Amino acid sequence: MASENPTSSEYISHHLSNLTFGNHPTGGWTFAGGEKAAEMGFWAINVDTMFFSILMGMIFIWLFRKVADSVTSGVPGNLQNFIESVVEFVDSNVKSIFHHKNPVIAPLALTVFVWIFLMNALKLIPVDFIPYIASEMGIPYWKIVPTTDINATMGMSISVFFLIIYYSIKVKGVSGFAAELSLQPLGKYFIPFNLFLEVVNLLAKPVSLGLRLFGNMYAGEIIFILIALLPFWAQWILSVPWAIFHILVIVLQAFIFMVLTIVYMAMAHDDH
Amino acid sequence: MNINLTIIGQAIAFFIFVVFCMKYVWPPITGALAERKKKIAEGLDAADRAERDLKLAQEKAADDMRASKEEAAAIIEQANKRATKIIEEAKEQAREEADRVKASAEAEVEQELNRAKDALRAQVGALAIAGAEKILEASIDEKAHAQLVEKLAAEL
Repeated sequence: MASENPTSSEYISHHLSNLTFGNHPTGGWTFAGGEKAAEMGFWAINVDTMFFSILMGMIFIWLFRKVADSVTSGVPGNLQNFIESVVEFVDSNVKSIFHHKNPVIAPLALTVFVWIFLMNALKLIPVDFIPYIASEMGIPYWKIVPTTDINATMGMSISVFFLIIYYSIKVKGVSGFAAELSLQPLGKYFIPFNLFLEVVNLLAKPVSLGLRLFGNMYAGEIIFILIALLPFWAQWILSVPWAIFHILVIVLQAFIFMVLTIVYMAMAHDDH
Repeated sequence: MNINLTIIGQAIAFFIFVVFCMKYVWPPITGALAERKKKIAEGLDAADRAERDLKLAQEKAADDMRASKEEAAAIIEQANKRATKIIEEAKEQAREEADRVKASAEAEVEQELNRAKDALRAQVGALAIAGAEKILEASIDEKAHAQLVEKLAAEL
């Protein structure tokens, strides 16, 4: 904790702060959170976000690789059965949306879905558990859900954005992509207007993609923190339904991110 | 809530996970799924084929059964006919044998009779000679003579 008996607003802002490592203008290279982290500017890194997102990614990779290693076309075991149903779910979504041939899209969708799901699932850990353990260990800030950090969600959505641009150019060529941006919806006499519309449209994709996930997770996290401010005997009345509701939300948000990624990829491959 | 280097770190991590997933996770699992799908399709195919084969085999078995029943009936009928014929033949033979035996017996009886007649005739001759001798030897006694002749006649 930042102080011995924090006020509500201190408690909330503490729980919403990432542990950031960077060069502070006055403090030099150090770990910080909250205001001080903001003062570090761009060249700082949120250690907790990176730690948990990579941990979750590793768990995803490890679990799926383990199954892929021992995969059999005969009678599947329980774990293989589960992994297969996830893979088939993603595969059927990809097949129904994306009709071109590209070996990257399905693994991309699987990674997005499972990774985001795992990162979101960290939210079901009570809000004080990990930060308390961390503070006992002398770490002042420790936010565990990477998807409540806008850097994480925007990092992924910007990656998707670059993939959109990459595949647009790869499939349609530079001129085709430029034509797509400038010649619709109104034809060649309105090129500046078209260009403006299409660029806004294009840029809105990663922004909406990243902010949707971030907003949902962040809002849910705030509610959890507010519930945690209640007296301990009253918390479960609200936190249990909210957590149960969030079981739905975390899957849904992962699913939405995946489907939109596939849709954007399909749009990038569609030649008008 | 500030944008910083994390955004790039996350993008790099994302890239690495996607590449790993693409190289080492997705192909084996989907490959296994496709293979299982093929296996199941083949299995269902084989089951269909087996069912069809079974039906054919059952039909063939029924046909065979019917044919062999007909054949068996024909054989039995033929055998019955043959048996009747054999019995008839045996009867015929027996009758012939009986006739023959009867004929030979009759012939034998006839022969015996003839032989007896011959013997009798010889005896009668001898008796007549003996009678004549006696008549000649003995004194003429009409009464005795007559008696002798009567006796002779009875003996004949």
